[in-house]
Amino acid sequence: MTFENSILTIVTFLPLLGAALVLVTPKTAVNAIRWTALVTTLVTFALSLWIWAAFDASNTGFQFVVNYPWLGDSIGYRVGVDGISVLFVVLSALLMPFCILASWEAIDKRVKEYMLVFLILEVLMIGVFTTLDLAMFYVFFEGTLLPMFLIIGIWGGKRRIQASYKFFFYTFIGSVLMLLAIMAMYWNAGTTDISRLLTHQFPESMQIWLWLAFFASLAVKMPMWPFHRWLPEAHVEAPTAGSVILAAILLKLGGYGFLRFSLPMFPDASAQLSNFVFVLSVAAIIITSLVALVQTDIKKLIAYSSVAHMGFVTMGIFAGNALGIQGAMFQMLSHGLVSGALFLAVGVIYDRMHTRDIEAYGGLVERMPRYAFAFMVFTMANVGLPGTSGFVGEFLTMLGVFQVNTWVAFGAAFGVIFSAGYALWLYRRVVFGALTKDSLKGILDLDLREKIILYPLIVLIIVFGFYPSPILDTTAASVNNLVSHYATSIGLDPAVSLADARAPLEYAAPTGEAAPAAEHAAEPAAH
Amino acid sequence: MNSDVIDFASVAPAYPELLMAVGALVLVILGVAINKEKSVLISWLAVLLMAAAGLMLILNPADGVLFNGVFIADAFGRYMKLLVLGGAALSLILAMPNSEANGVHKFEYSILAVLATLGMMIMVSANDLMSLYIGLELQSLALYVMAAIKRDDKRASEAGLKYFVLGALSSGMLLYGASLVYGFTGHTNLTEIVGAIAMEGRSIGLVFGMVFLLAGVAFKISAVPFHMWTPDVYEGAPTPVTAFFAMAPKVAAMSLMIRLVMDTFQPISHDWQQVVIFLSIASMVLAAFAAIGQKSIKRLIAYSSIGHVGFALVGLSSGTQVGVEGVAIYMAIYVTMTAGLFACILSLRTEEGYVENIEDLAGAAQTRPFVAAVMAILMFSLIGMPPLAGFFAKWHVFLAAIEANLYVLSVIGVLASAVSAYYYLRVVKTMYFDEPKSTFIAVPNELNIILAVSVFLVVTYYFSVGSVLTNWAHIAAGSLF
Repeated sequence: MTFENSILTIVTFLPLLGAALVLVTPKTAVNAIRWTALVTTLVTFALSLWIWAAFDASNTGFQFVVNYPWLGDSIGYRVGVDGISVLFVVLSALLMPFCILASWEAIDKRVKEYMLVFLILEVLMIGVFTTLDLAMFYVFFEGTLLPMFLIIGIWGGKRRIQASYKFFFYTFIGSVLMLLAIMAMYWNAGTTDISRLLTHQFPESMQIWLWLAFFASLAVKMPMWPFHRWLPEAHVEAPTAGSVILAAILLKLGGYGFLRFSLPMFPDASAQLSNFVFVLSVAAIIITSLVALVQTDIKKLIAYSSVAHMGFVTMGIFAGNALGIQGAMFQMLSHGLVSGALFLAVGVIYDRMHTRDIEAYGGLVERMPRYAFAFMVFTMANVGLPGTSGFVGEFLTMLGVFQVNTWVAFGAAFGVIFSAGYALWLYRRVVFGALTKDSLKGILDLDLREKIILYPLIVLIIVFGFYPSPILDTTAASVNNLVSHYATSIGLDPAVSLADARAPLEYAAPTGEAAPAAEHAAEPAAH
Repeated sequence: MNSDVIDFASVAPAYPELLMAVGALVLVILGVAINKEKSVLISWLAVLLMAAAGLMLILNPADGVLFNGVFIADAFGRYMKLLVLGGAALSLILAMPNSEANGVHKFEYSILAVLATLGMMIMVSANDLMSLYIGLELQSLALYVMAAIKRDDKRASEAGLKYFVLGALSSGMLLYGASLVYGFTGHTNLTEIVGAIAMEGRSIGLVFGMVFLLAGVAFKISAVPFHMWTPDVYEGAPTPVTAFFAMAPKVAAMSLMIRLVMDTFQPISHDWQQVVIFLSIASMVLAAFAAIGQKSIKRLIAYSSIGHVGFALVGLSSGTQVGVEGVAIYMAIYVTMTAGLFACILSLRTEEGYVENIEDLAGAAQTRPFVAAVMAILMFSLIGMPPLAGFFAKWHVFLAAIEANLYVLSVIGVLASAVSAYYYLRVVKTMYFDEPKSTFIAVPNELNIILAVSVFLVVTYYFSVGSVLTNWAHIAAGSLF
């Protein structure tokens, strides 16, 4: 037992300990339950930061690796992180305390079960990113369905049952096909060890089928247009914290899967089908942005905007060059912060008014100036305003894809325009205007708990907008490795795809220096 | 022919069976001698007897072929017998609380269970068409009586009668198949039949015989299209009896099926594979769709068990060692989940009696949180959701199917499991998302223990028993090859 070989196991399963504590606490002691959950998630977050600090960003391979055979020949206990997964671990651990805090008062029935389910969900989410066993990846990936189904179904809104069923079946049907692909990969490569599978060459005819089977699952999870139909409903009906987790982490499982499996393990198929992905991505960006414009429900609008933003991610990933993939990574992490923050912000007013209708609000700035400021930052980040983290990801993915296919970049640019349209219009209708509605006249501004939730996110979004290097540096080595592997596999010159690898940093550096020194201090320990 | 039984020590491989047989007779005498009110004592003794037989299998593993080749003891048989004994003992424990309300408070019930279990053990160890039939009939006759043990109840009598008539039909088919196989190979001994087929090759009569034999066994595992009795018998029989039917006999018949196809009909694997693949697909698909409309919990479980047999057969249809290993793991996990499931059903009692319809479970999560949580977890596990045990069961069988390139079967299988998720989720939804309607009375301790053990194993499978079970199944499957 050293730090090296135990830290990932501890971080993954620590929330389980918290869950066990919650389980033995009597259900009337709601505050004890809440505090247990909060402390557990905070400790997990602290440990995840420790991992990030100890992580050697120049190493392209997996770190903190543990590798045991376990169930027969097929399934082992294997963990490890590389530059692609380590930040997702941090992101998952970061958002959990916010979720617990956001549910502090909003959830007043069945608190014990609620916290239990959330802690289990955290284990599964972190497990997806830390496991290096293909079968265990499926276990965690699919396992997240179970707590999420309960969260939506038990603590959700009026149409929660339909929403939870839709969520379950869309994802489940996609995933079972991936399961079969996983088995086929096992028989072909003779192992489920991801680090060995990454260097295994699957026959080209097989790659297409494997790619499609993975796509069936990952595209639903992502979600890509037209497999996104479950998402708006699930988001709308889920309680605030459920929406946050769904948007911030669970959607990223799809992107992570593409980066971890589709691109490196099935490079030929990825190259052949990249145009197919581009079409779907651009369709997602344009169509769902337009759909978002006409929504009357705040959460639904944000949900559709998530689909559009995920379009940038898939586009960047399948651009297959360093810029595109770096951008996709950054976009996923940034979207994790921004969409999480937006849902938390919506939760604040939902807790007060118990409605998500845009119509029901207006002129909030008069009574809630602090809230209006926070919501503005999040909205701007969602639009992709330079200076917020939302900009970096969109910009890099578009740069990356521009090198590969200008028309795709052209189409994606519309998304940037539309997103400004729906997001700013939403902001105007909710926050500006005259405060005429009687129901809103007594509304209160942020209380301490809500400030603790929202302010750190504002800081993070702005810091990473001006100074993205901590994230880009962490992912760079692994992404470069992935890109050169991909380029070699499909017969390109890796140097070309890597040529602009440093570009994002050069771009970011001047702005970063211009940023106030205080923001440097606020940024989490990266090295 | 000289007997191979020289002294008592030479029958060591059959000690557990002998113990069960003698034990059953002793229990009969005890049963008539003691007070009728004390049937629960006989039940505990029967459980002890099964535990002793199980211990004997573990502590004193003896391989060998006995009684002029009609009886075989090997690692595979031991694994399956342990499952049979475990399933039977669990269902006897399940029957103890409220036995009067269930109509199983007669001492004969436990003795019949012991005899049925003995029959199953003989089935598992059968190495001859004769001993196979003897085991099967010993089991079936005891089961017919058990189904109808609640004599005054119309539905139970109907269930018993239905089971008997259809069971007799299936025995007839099995015998017909056996006679064809004998006629075309000239042997009844399974080992010699393999040799004969290998020498003389495949003949149409033999294939006919094989199909009839498999049809007879398919009836016992209730694979579609021989499943018609299952929903009716499951619903009509008293719940503890249903629990008994759902566990041990399934394991025994499945292991008989495995031995027949992997051993005896190994040389004509292409012929039996078609049959098994058909049974598998038909069971999975029909069960997935037929269960959607069910209102009664026990009928739902009946269809669920049909579906699970279909999934287990996915592993068998590969015809490989990995496949047999998969089926062995599948049956162990299936027994664990089924025991827990029946403990849940027996725990949910209102003033008027047992809960029979799914909608009566409404809001159980709030009135009986523990039972509801266990039932929900078991439902998720039955769907095959990771990280629960049910997923690993499916993992092993589908892994074997993919290895054997049975892609169409696998895709149909996983899609059927997605469809089946719908009806399992309906139970979870009723318990968790709906508001409570009825109040339930307290849960007896025996059931609480079974609930806790079952759910513990299902949840922690990967960490706790998974590794050991996989090894055992590996050894068991290895002994057939």
